[in-house]
Amino acid sequence: MEALFAVTLGILTTSGVYLLLRGRTFSVILGLTLLSHAVNIFLFSMGRLQQGSPALIGFTDHPGDPLPQALVLTAIVIGFAMTAFTVVLALKAAVELRSDHVDGEDPNEDRL
Amino acid sequence: MKLALIFLLPLVGAFLPLGIARKSSWLLASCAALPALASFFLLVSLTPDLLAGQVLIQTWTWVPSLGLSFSLRLDALSLIFALLITGIGCLILLYARFYFDGKPSAARFYALILIFMAAMLGLVMSENLLVMLVFWEMTSLVSFLLIGFTWKSRDARRGARMSLAITAGGGLALMAGLVLLGLEVGSWQLSEVLAAGDQIKASESYGLMLVLILLGAFAKSAQFPFHLWLPHAMAAPTPVSAYLHSATMVKAGIFLLMRLHPALADTPLWLDLVTLAGMTTLMLGAFVAMFMHDIKGLLAYSTLSHLGLITLLLGLGTPLALAIALFHLICHAFFKAPLFMMAGYVDQLTGSRDMQRINGLWRYYPLLTLLSGLSAAAMAGLPLLSGYFSKKMLFAESLAITQPFWAAGLLPVWVTVAGLFSVAYSMRIFHNVFFNGRPVDLPNYPPKPLLKKALLPLIPLVLITLLIGLWPDWLFKHWMLPAALAATQVSLPEYDFTQLSGGWPLYMSLFALIGGLAFYAARGPLFAIHARLPEVDAKNIFERSMHGLTDWTRSLVYNLENGSLQRYLALILMTCVLLVGWSLQGLSSWQGSLAMTPLEPGFVLGCLVMAMAAISVAKIHRHRLPALLLLGVIGLLITLFFARFSAPDLALTQLSVEVMAVVIMMLALSFLPQESPQESTKLRKTRDLLLAGGVGSLVGLLAFAVLTRPFSSISDFFLAQSVEGGGGTNVVNVILVDFRGFDTLGEITVLGIAAVAVFAFTRELHLKERVTSNLNLQGVAEAHPIILSVTARLVLPIALMVSAYIFLRGHNLPGGGFIAGLITAVAFTLQYMAGGLVWAQERMRTQFRPLIGAGLLIATFTGMGSLVLGYPFLTSTFGHFDLPLLGEIELASVLLFDLGVYAVVVGATLLILGNLGRLMTVAGPGKEVG
Repeated sequence: MEALFAVTLGILTTSGVYLLLRGRTFSVILGLTLLSHAVNIFLFSMGRLQQGSPALIGFTDHPGDPLPQALVLTAIVIGFAMTAFTVVLALKAAVELRSDHVDGEDPNEDRL
Repeated sequence: MKLALIFLLPLVGAFLPLGIARKSSWLLASCAALPALASFFLLVSLTPDLLAGQVLIQTWTWVPSLGLSFSLRLDALSLIFALLITGIGCLILLYARFYFDGKPSAARFYALILIFMAAMLGLVMSENLLVMLVFWEMTSLVSFLLIGFTWKSRDARRGARMSLAITAGGGLALMAGLVLLGLEVGSWQLSEVLAAGDQIKASESYGLMLVLILLGAFAKSAQFPFHLWLPHAMAAPTPVSAYLHSATMVKAGIFLLMRLHPALADTPLWLDLVTLAGMTTLMLGAFVAMFMHDIKGLLAYSTLSHLGLITLLLGLGTPLALAIALFHLICHAFFKAPLFMMAGYVDQLTGSRDMQRINGLWRYYPLLTLLSGLSAAAMAGLPLLSGYFSKKMLFAESLAITQPFWAAGLLPVWVTVAGLFSVAYSMRIFHNVFFNGRPVDLPNYPPKPLLKKALLPLIPLVLITLLIGLWPDWLFKHWMLPAALAATQVSLPEYDFTQLSGGWPLYMSLFALIGGLAFYAARGPLFAIHARLPEVDAKNIFERSMHGLTDWTRSLVYNLENGSLQRYLALILMTCVLLVGWSLQGLSSWQGSLAMTPLEPGFVLGCLVMAMAAISVAKIHRHRLPALLLLGVIGLLITLFFARFSAPDLALTQLSVEVMAVVIMMLALSFLPQESPQESTKLRKTRDLLLAGGVGSLVGLLAFAVLTRPFSSISDFFLAQSVEGGGGTNVVNVILVDFRGFDTLGEITVLGIAAVAVFAFTRELHLKERVTSNLNLQGVAEAHPIILSVTARLVLPIALMVSAYIFLRGHNLPGGGFIAGLITAVAFTLQYMAGGLVWAQERMRTQFRPLIGAGLLIATFTGMGSLVLGYPFLTSTFGHFDLPLLGEIELASVLLFDLGVYAVVVGATLLILGNLGRLMTVAGPGKEVG
């Protein structure tokens, strides 16, 4: 199961990074969201993938690791705020610069 | 305190001249000389004790953890340097009075010279190596300002830049060397470093240390090949050249070599490096000086050669050689300063510094002729003058050398030939300027008259030269020997000056004298040959290489930072992959020792769908709406993932966040183009794919490597303390509001800030084009379907109740402020969607920004409550209460904190959503929300 998880995580990250490198703001936002999903489950998995053992005292004998969960919980909320911020930034840029390219100028792809 | 006063007086006094810039030139000069004189007499008052062998050390603690203390040290060695710095400094100030004579820039000059004096004094009096370094850099900086004093001239600017580049570059090397030295010894205190000489010389890094320190010292003292800056620094006003480039700054490197003598000197490496550098500089300077037509140029190269001579003596490594070096250093300061002053006057009075034109000035300035003649004779080493003895001591010392083999035979010949050249150039500067026929084509002819009193600053200097010539043994016995003792901790016997009056030293100096005169006599043909040699302008070469360097760095920067986000991200990611990959080299296998858990069909299915969705998002990202929908699918799968792997809190959070994130992106999409143009080239896509694949594989492999290895966590503490200390069974929530409450407080603050930033951005945003572009009026009519709005109204109270329940139980069961806040926000979002912004806004009683503020305040005050009761910030307490109707209930103070979290989450989320939504109302941006 761990192997499959790692592969899925890798694919998620790859897609996220690939989109991050695109030239249009909306793709970048998509990429950021994907990447934050990947990071969240990566962090979460550091507490190991366990079933039926929520971090609740008295519910099970072997509660899961609560620390990554607490970290990821706030990460999700802040990730949302940052997504919202990036979205507004993208809108502002599109209006002010009359282009939704990340560099603010229409397709002028830089050299490799 | 006395020690600190010595260098503080000039430093503080530097502001004095600035205050009275417009007053008479005498007042100005006296004000500038006052602090320098005070320092000088302070030193004089300490002189008898110091020469008797006393060492004064004063320490003020600065940064003890770094071994940094502000310590000053005054012993016989630093005393001699300090006396030279202040004494000659006073005369230079007097000289500047005549040189600048009422020019408005004089005040600036006095201030800078005083600051420079303070820096030099601090340098020679430092007891801590790091403090010394600070003063060292300070002299470099101030000398940059002084050389570039007439900044309107191109030469001055270039000369200043060159000297700064070389001396400050050397300073960097010196810093590295001194840090190594300090690390080896374990202290930066000079006394401890000097006592650890054997340990240092035996250490592995001795060679590196020595080379670095020598780089710094050589750059400062203009030793070959760093000598280039000194001749070009002659663009400075003459008082600066006389002070910095004869008496003080160039001697700083020499001082360092003397100071660190016990720690570094007297090893084969030292001997080779220092002696060779000294020999080369000595010969080069002496030879080139003869051919300089510029008076100051000649003096600059002769200074080079004398510095080389001193360095050469230091390279020999014996205490006696050091004493002789110091002796020569003093002689040089006293005969070179008057010559510089003379050059300055001649330049001003005749309007030229070219010795091909300046001839026969003795008719106009007889007294100046006499004073310069004496100084030049001392420089040539004529009998009965100071230079005579230092040069013969050098000859005697060169004969005494037996090791290494190359020096034994070569050194006497070498110094004799250099002595010959020095006679020739001394002869030239005297004879050529004051005799040699009549002036040729001078800009000011006849030359302007020179005031008698303008010669005042030269007289004491020449007198001292004469006195040293009369009583060299007194100077050596009472000054050099204590200084050598202070520098090397070795007590030398008295020097027998009678041995110099016969034998080889005499023949060598005779040979040098006669040869030098002959060389000078043959100057006509020699100049002709020299003129035919190709001219190499070091300044141009330096400038060109500097320009090359800046052009190269500029193009490098432009290539790295071309303003393209894509380029930056690619570079960052590439670096990341390389660094992480490189540091993982040591990993023998990815898979660890733990066995993998068996696969389950549900998990496999989920993973497959997620992977396919992720790939598809990347593939169809140009069709934005479908890509966004797929992203939503992934978010929901992540929710399921959390739910499956025992994280109910996360699942709840992710679910509510996912809804709102997609809504927000949907809103944004309605303003943006629906499709991305096809613009990336094949090559570009491949590169990005490779890069992304690299990052992805690395993350995946890392996760795999960690997951298959044994696991240990610090969470046992939290699990054990959760009920007992935090009063809750939901450990995740207890961590959030209790154990790591401070973190959470920070996080909700960030959330609030992000929301307010979104608010601020949308406030000024006018989306003009939207209404005309893709608005379907039919759709608008049905924007708020009746079924939806009715259902939404029904759902609201239920949703609020659920969120209240989730909030209250959060401490013990999945839930809490974050989740409850998100659920509330989703419920309200539904109202916006169903009823429209205006409709919802009219019914909303609370403004969002105050809500965020209130939430932050509640959370903070809850934390401070524990402060009032004498516990640390955010200490929690809890108790069980019997409430009517509800039965027993546990109330914890963290519930209040969680309420703050709840308020911030609700406020922030709705502030973001409301304002984004406002932008897309049909009527265009209406009144701002929140």
